[in-house]
Amino acid sequence: MKITEFMWPYYYSLHNMIVQFGILLSFLAAGEFIVWLTGVNIPSSIIGMLLLTASLKAGVVKPRHVERLSNFLVHNLGFFFVPAGVGLMNCLGIISGQLLPIVAASVGSTVIIIAVNGQVHSYVRRRLARRQQLQSQTEL
Amino acid sequence: MEFLTDKFFLIAVTFVFYIGAQILQRRTGVTLLNPILISIAAIICFLMLLDIDYDTYQEGGAYIDFWLKPAVVALGLPLYRQLPTIRKQLLPLLVSELCGCVAGIVSVVVIAQLLGASHEVIMSLAPKAVTTPIAMEVSSAVGGIPSLTAAVVVCTGIFGGMAGFRIIRLSRIKSPIAQGLSMGTAAHAVGTSAAMERSERYGAFSSLGLTLNGLLTALLAPFILHLIGAY
Repeated sequence: MKITEFMWPYYYSLHNMIVQFGILLSFLAAGEFIVWLTGVNIPSSIIGMLLLTASLKAGVVKPRHVERLSNFLVHNLGFFFVPAGVGLMNCLGIISGQLLPIVAASVGSTVIIIAVNGQVHSYVRRRLARRQQLQSQTEL
Repeated sequence: MEFLTDKFFLIAVTFVFYIGAQILQRRTGVTLLNPILISIAAIICFLMLLDIDYDTYQEGGAYIDFWLKPAVVALGLPLYRQLPTIRKQLLPLLVSELCGCVAGIVSVVVIAQLLGASHEVIMSLAPKAVTTPIAMEVSSAVGGIPSLTAAVVVCTGIFGGMAGFRIIRLSRIKSPIAQGLSMGTAAHAVGTSAAMERSERYGAFSSLGLTLNGLLTALLAPFILHLIGAY
């Protein structure tokens, strides 16, 4: 069948989901390759994510090339965790034996991380802002 | 009964339970009825009732697991959109992430030790704040049980996603940047999806928190655990 002019835009459109999926998977594959090459202890997906950000910054990839699929994946992240969570049924023995320490440590440290992280961030920002203010005052 | 172990059937079951849990939460409006939590619980009950083991379920579940990695790569887009802000506050970001990472690992070890958890459980809990692939790597590197780590990571994420913004309000963290960042640091991708529901800006800083804490934990966790004498 002859590809009519009408169909061209679809085949070569970067809005095409196949193209978007191809781009994301290529970044993931690049991440896998780097892990294989260097043997670093960082997951390929994190490397792929940083490569994607760098390529967007460099303008090699435009946001619209990955936007549709990215939005879908990012907004449904929670769902992809369900099978890993079902893995709980394999450790029910250990968990029921040490339920209190596991729950208390997880909940307690989550609260601590949020408080420490947020407070330190706000504190450093305030200090930097004050220092900049002092500097601009002395310059005057 | 052969049909019950068919992987497409099990994938469909996962979707149906998740959609059902979403509808349940939307109808009732109760935060505690988190769709991830409810569907995990429902699927476990379902599998136990029908006497299907996890490995059989995972033949189908692996196809859903598969999307986790591309989804983490996709977080590069919101991250890119916040690059100008990130560059402006590089120092506060790095310092707070470092403190968050250390505080997280130390606190989880101390609490678990005080309450008498066994050594391998403590090691499984240590990397629980970061995303599953990193956490499982770290866990097996320091002598934990990777599958326990995966389960705890998901539960921590669900807890962080549900209670995170309440904890943020209680600890009086005002700036939206710090709020988003804390969500990702404490509750990885599940926290990020909760932050994403507020706005893309929260989500982007949350994914930054997830990334930085993931990197720091992968690099520092064995060292920190060694330093506090747990490993």
